[in-house]
Amino acid sequence: MEKKEITVALAGNPNSGKTTIFNNITGSRQHVGNYPGVTVEKKSGDVIYKGYKINVVDLPGTYSLTAYSEDEIVARNYIINEKPDIVVDVIDASNLERNLYLAVQIMELGIPVILAFNMADIVKQCGLVINISQLSDLLGTPIVETTGFKNKGTKELLDEIIKLKENEGKSPYKIKYGEEVENEIDRISRIIIDKKIILKNLNPGWVSLKLLEEDMEIKNQLQKENEAVFPFLENEVNKSINHLKNILRDNPSTIIADARYGFIKGALTETHCETEIEKVTASEKIDRVLTNRIAGLPIFGLLMWLMFQFVFKVGAYPMEWIDTGFSRLADLVSNVIPAGLIKSLLVDGIIGGVGGVIIFTPNIILLFLCIAVLEDSGYMARVAFVMDQIMHRIGLHGKSFIPMLIGFGCTIPAYMGSRILDDKKDRLITMHVNTFMSCGARLPVYILFAGAFFSQRAGNVVFSIYVIGIIVAVLVAKLLRVTRFKGESSPFVMELPSYRIPTLKSVLLHTWERTWLYLKKAGTIILGISIIMWILFTFPAIGANYSTDYEAEIAGVEASFEAGSLSEEDYKAALTEIEAKMGMEELEYSAAGRIGRFIEPVFKPLGFDWKLAIASLSGIAAKEVIVSTMGTLYSIQEADEETETLREKIANDYSPLKGYNFMLFTLLYFPCMAGMAVFRREAGWKEMWLQVGFTLLLAWVVSLIVFQVGSLFV
Amino acid sequence: MRLNELKPKESCRIIKIHGSGTTFRRLLDMGCLRGEKIIVSKVAPLGDPMDIIIRGYHLSLRKNEAKEIEIEKL
Repeated sequence: MEKKEITVALAGNPNSGKTTIFNNITGSRQHVGNYPGVTVEKKSGDVIYKGYKINVVDLPGTYSLTAYSEDEIVARNYIINEKPDIVVDVIDASNLERNLYLAVQIMELGIPVILAFNMADIVKQCGLVINISQLSDLLGTPIVETTGFKNKGTKELLDEIIKLKENEGKSPYKIKYGEEVENEIDRISRIIIDKKIILKNLNPGWVSLKLLEEDMEIKNQLQKENEAVFPFLENEVNKSINHLKNILRDNPSTIIADARYGFIKGALTETHCETEIEKVTASEKIDRVLTNRIAGLPIFGLLMWLMFQFVFKVGAYPMEWIDTGFSRLADLVSNVIPAGLIKSLLVDGIIGGVGGVIIFTPNIILLFLCIAVLEDSGYMARVAFVMDQIMHRIGLHGKSFIPMLIGFGCTIPAYMGSRILDDKKDRLITMHVNTFMSCGARLPVYILFAGAFFSQRAGNVVFSIYVIGIIVAVLVAKLLRVTRFKGESSPFVMELPSYRIPTLKSVLLHTWERTWLYLKKAGTIILGISIIMWILFTFPAIGANYSTDYEAEIAGVEASFEAGSLSEEDYKAALTEIEAKMGMEELEYSAAGRIGRFIEPVFKPLGFDWKLAIASLSGIAAKEVIVSTMGTLYSIQEADEETETLREKIANDYSPLKGYNFMLFTLLYFPCMAGMAVFRREAGWKEMWLQVGFTLLLAWVVSLIVFQVGSLFV
Repeated sequence: MRLNELKPKESCRIIKIHGSGTTFRRLLDMGCLRGEKIIVSKVAPLGDPMDIIIRGYHLSLRKNEAKEIEIEKL
């Protein structure tokens, strides 16, 4: 039997329980993607029910369909352009008035709507009685009662969807905005029809309404498609707006919003469900502690500290297992495949490179687990509430605090965590400055250099780098706010939703989605980049072009050993030294080595030679690679940050000023390639290249000043 | 009188929303309209933003945004 299809768009306020309803309907049959052209996440899924294939698209959670934010434009454009058969609006039944405001705006679009009154049973327990059938008649839309977290009402909702589809859905009630406004809507509609203005999928009445509300999105669209007649239309709209202002002494947008809320209030009053305003809920009692004027901040600090510990301390165990797993895999491959290029590519290039990215997965999982719990419980809104004063001063938003904190662990989850910011400008600034929070991978570099030059005061020196990072972040945030992302940070008008116990299912689903995106996208890109880096460090092969005949030297040492004039210890040491020298020459001969020489002039004014230049370059793969590159460069096998000899050699070669300057340089340029891959996915190519260019320039300029000025004094 | 001048536990009624642009639009959408009753619930630990109860739910806003709301104290 051929299946009939129904497309349903799921709309609703943030915190209405929309996602839970979506999960209940579609189960595991979900796909996550992005809406075209924007970074708003698009989730869709389907379910087979009573011979129908019901496709469900989860729209972004919004309070309204004005063009206030990207989310709202996306939700609105989806309904207008994709014309779903039915919109299901999930309504938080404990907060009908404001939730129905969105419903009314969807009804204005003339699409059949079903209202899902979510958490209706909780409202009943609180003693509020809603006469559902009467309210349904007044609004002209079917209403289904659901309880998302108990998976109640899902069947009824699906039944209602099919019923509405089969009856070819009656249009919802048309609300009245008052005679004067209606007259102006009619007048503008007539002009639109007379002048044959191209509207694409829109209906003239709705467009007129939006024009009176001074909706920029609609204005821009009309202007683009009707260049010739638009000025005339705009003029007429302005006449209407001024006329309404004169007779009603108020903005048309206020009058229209008033009419919507008035309509809702009228319907609610008639069905005896007026909202009570002065009751103390459990949620308020929790807030008396968590956002308390004195205890609020310390509690917040403690929770953040716990989260930080959880993500990085608990994450350290599985990270070790993954690390061991990858080195076992490398050993296995080494044993199976004979020595040569293919082995080197597999072991050094692919396993090393990809392993270095996968190793962060435990952090990502735990972090997003924490974020999901914070978000679903309603505490995230309180974080923004408590921290906004500080963050606002530096041109950021209260919510920016969380990704900034995460950045001290690893910049990758921090970039991803910036998603909690609704406003695009806030999100981009937060991502751009997150780079300056010293991540865990930079610490080994600091330890190596601080240890080499400032043995007694190494701790303080490292701490100073962290502090400089924070100061730079604050300054750059300010700079971005007055240049590229001009204007106030987005207005802080935010709901503080009631506290709720998060459901396991939604927390796990959330975490899994994010983790999978990380593994899939960052993984594929990193695989490619690892191969490129390996090629750069391997080719051109030196072949027989060594400066001295090392083969002969080795033979000589072997002969001495066999003759008994060398102890076994000395013999091994001599061999190691020769091999190290060979490694050094191979590296210098490779493309990477030549690049190091080639870019040396750029680094000269900073006091860096070609070795530091190539170390910085290799740090692009991941900052901790700087340490191992320095090790290779100084011909020390198994280099790590605690190697005494490596420290000594570095200390012999460079001055403390150069050492400190190199730490600064490492702090300031963009974190790593995996980080940039994520940056691109979150913000696009343009922002990624700006981040790369800006941080390189900043690192260069700061290091230049520090070295040149510092040289005068030291 | 403006909303930002109120202290926790005080209540008022909205007379007019001033300002323009996104803040103005956002306040309308969130139901801040003439005649609505507001109770100030609390102020954040650092003194800004503030949390109000309107239409039965909690809304937090910066004092800067609250300044746009003209009120009469009840």
